[in-house]
Amino acid sequence: MPEMTLPQFLLKNAREHPTASALREKEKGIWQEWSWADYLGHVRAFALGLVSLGFGRDDKLAILSDNRPQVYAAMVAAQVVGGIPVPVFQDAIAREIQYVIDHADATIVFAEDQEQVDKILELKGSLPKVAKLIYEDPKGLRHYADPLLMSLEKLEELGRKLDGERPGLFEELVRSTKSHDVALICYTSGTTGAPKGAMISHANLVSAIQGILEVEHYGRTDQMLAYLPPAWIGDTFWSLAGSLIVGCTVNCPERPETVLENLREIGPHFMIAPPRIWENLVSTVQIKMADASWAKRRLYTWLMPAGEEAARRAMEKRPLSLRLRILHALGEFLVFAPLRDQLGFRRTRYAYTGGAPLGPEIFLFFRSLGINLKQVYGQTEAGGVSCVQRDGDIKLGTVGKPFPNTEVRLTETGEVISRSPCVFVGYYKNPEATIATLRDGWLYSGDAALFDQDGHLIVIDRAKDVTALADSTKFAPQFIENKLKFSPYIKEAVAVGQDRPYVGAMVNIDMENVGKWAERRQIAYTTYTDLAQKTEVYDLIAEEVERVNRDLPDGTRINKYVLLHKELDPDDEEVTRTRKVRRGFVAKKYADIIEALYSEARSVGVIAVITYQDGRQATVRTELAIRQVGAARELAGV
Amino acid sequence: MAVVTSGPTQLELRGVSKSFGGVQAVSRVSVDVPKGQILSIIGPNGAGKTTLLNCISSVFHPETGTIVLEGQDLTRLSPARVAGRGVARTFQNIALFRGMTVVDNLMLGRHIHMKNGVFRSMLYWGPGRREEVEHRRVVEDIIDFLEIEAIRKRPVGSLPYGLQKRVELGRALALHPKVLLLDEPMGGTNHEEKEDMARFILDVNDEWGTTIILIEHDMGVVMDISQRVIVLDLGEKIAEGTPAEVKAHPQVIKAYLGTKASV
Repeated sequence: MPEMTLPQFLLKNAREHPTASALREKEKGIWQEWSWADYLGHVRAFALGLVSLGFGRDDKLAILSDNRPQVYAAMVAAQVVGGIPVPVFQDAIAREIQYVIDHADATIVFAEDQEQVDKILELKGSLPKVAKLIYEDPKGLRHYADPLLMSLEKLEELGRKLDGERPGLFEELVRSTKSHDVALICYTSGTTGAPKGAMISHANLVSAIQGILEVEHYGRTDQMLAYLPPAWIGDTFWSLAGSLIVGCTVNCPERPETVLENLREIGPHFMIAPPRIWENLVSTVQIKMADASWAKRRLYTWLMPAGEEAARRAMEKRPLSLRLRILHALGEFLVFAPLRDQLGFRRTRYAYTGGAPLGPEIFLFFRSLGINLKQVYGQTEAGGVSCVQRDGDIKLGTVGKPFPNTEVRLTETGEVISRSPCVFVGYYKNPEATIATLRDGWLYSGDAALFDQDGHLIVIDRAKDVTALADSTKFAPQFIENKLKFSPYIKEAVAVGQDRPYVGAMVNIDMENVGKWAERRQIAYTTYTDLAQKTEVYDLIAEEVERVNRDLPDGTRINKYVLLHKELDPDDEEVTRTRKVRRGFVAKKYADIIEALYSEARSVGVIAVITYQDGRQATVRTELAIRQVGAARELAGV
Repeated sequence: MAVVTSGPTQLELRGVSKSFGGVQAVSRVSVDVPKGQILSIIGPNGAGKTTLLNCISSVFHPETGTIVLEGQDLTRLSPARVAGRGVARTFQNIALFRGMTVVDNLMLGRHIHMKNGVFRSMLYWGPGRREEVEHRRVVEDIIDFLEIEAIRKRPVGSLPYGLQKRVELGRALALHPKVLLLDEPMGGTNHEEKEDMARFILDVNDEWGTTIILIEHDMGVVMDISQRVIVLDLGEKIAEGTPAEVKAHPQVIKAYLGTKASV
């Protein structure tokens, strides 16, 4: 099996289970299905269509699309002919898209619809290597006359024609794929510098999936939801490789906005989500509970602590008292099971969080509900995932243990390094970065971590982010930020304090939840900025900050905070597409505000430049209040 | 940016006049609208723009003049009959059933095409069901087209204004109209919603070749999406032409932009 490539897995599935469902997508209100035979049919037509266009070995196919069955078919099709798919973050701004497509030397781009086609056509002048632009959804494109354009339908037609002329060609191509071929180039949107294209081979992906299969149990009838950007390894790991190797069904949501609804309809058996999604789900539950009837609220507040205590004891491997057992059973019946069902986790065996650390409160919240939420850890460069918490051996704050096929060690400086068959081939056209990351077969992660006495890995922060106050008290900004983000009213936070007397925080309020809160209190507001600067909202966030401070060691408590006038946005380069704060950039961009956090000023003026999706820019001028925690409220108002 | 596909005249207005009491709201307006054109009507407040749309959709009957769609006289028909002939519209103030879901509102837009009577429709099985499924398919196409899947089951009253505008467009599209009348489709919406709406209007025109007549105050939008513009002032048509021609027309500058500047 390790010798097999992804196209070979597809062929095998289509031969052994031709009618079983492989991919589904909700369209026009109905879940439309592709069987494994359909999946193969589309890949066959797509791949041979690519051959007709002269696309072959080592050519790159850039993919710009939301999760659609056609996306995964396109990836496999490119692999069949020995080419390499390069998924691109579909909501990235023009400059980033241009960089990735051009750097990857992509000759063909597969775009989902008019929106994506427009982006590429606009960039045409700076994408000299792109020779064809294939689109899936023809809506609005009828009168486009650009010679670059070709519909997917037309491409598949070319492919079927070639299939008729040269039967057996497709099978021959699939046979000649090799496991050490590069299967995928994933551009990692690092928190520093330009994106790097990680080349991942079939063997890397297959070994990584095998690694997780040694500790977790997936089956052919399992359902999963593919809703994360296909450019993120967390999606391709399961939706592409996992599904092909295990033979389970991938479901694509109707639209990005319907994910929660579709999640409930599908009831996936396993699911991966970055912390942002789990944080949103907690907020959803909390807000729904605040709006629920009195009786429901009482039940929830009465029984949730029992769930939490039970979850805690299970993790600490301590028995439950009789009282707790009864309360927990009652909670399971009245609160936990119904909530799991409401959220779509009724059948979920494994729920994973990865990509960034998740606050312990949020982790515990889901485990209290009886959802088997587990931390995974890995890198794009390690084929996706390399550590997972094992069932029955979950510990708060750790990322579990490495897969049996993965060796993880710490360097003298505490940096995580790993060695396994999953470790990638190298960065595309970037030997310096490859040498810096890959030394003697070891992959250097850049994460600071330690092992606890049971061999669980605890990731502290990015090694370069762990920092110290002026009095050399060490602190990890991410740790504080995750605690803040547990609040339904806080969407994003940036903790600062390097070489400063105390920790300060810049906070993004959660527009939806704070907006609802304000409506309930009849506080009128207009824009995000206006809402964020209301004295009442500052009071609301003050409570949240004080709650966080109670759990923080003395020296690293938040002393001052400011509510930012805008959300941190990947389009403004403040966070990566996977929502990791780009600290260096933020520190520079918000230098004035950070400076004000360490002065006597009670407010700070900002002129912000905002970049719209189409690249235009606008400026906003406003005054932000600075609030000291614990200061008398009337003093601190705007 | 819109593609000019001016076919033969589809809708013909000849000397249409309408007054309310002593006020001449529309006065002897004649327009030929070719099939597949996007035509904008502009003019200051009270110029008679909405009245003209109301005459076309037979909310009012003009006192003089004729309105002919593909050779058939619409002038004296009831609004329902006009809708049946393929003229759909949206309103300046959204006219949807606020307590009903988006899907139900759109299904109502299919009403004109429903053939089964009350009793047959009440039966779950048989032709009533087949028809319901067929109409739902059409409605789902429109939901897909307007990208409103996420709000399919939401009551219209609970939606933000910009989305309600989009649903109203959907309800009009459910009719599968030949001519679509839009009364200030961007009124009261924000910048982003405006852009979306402009794109949908162009897409409707592009996808189905629907003739579109719209009233709009945002000059930027008008100049961007229309192939032809007519200008009304005090009920009279004072100019007609391409956006560029109209923008340069001295009477337009005087009546439209001139009065605005003097306020």
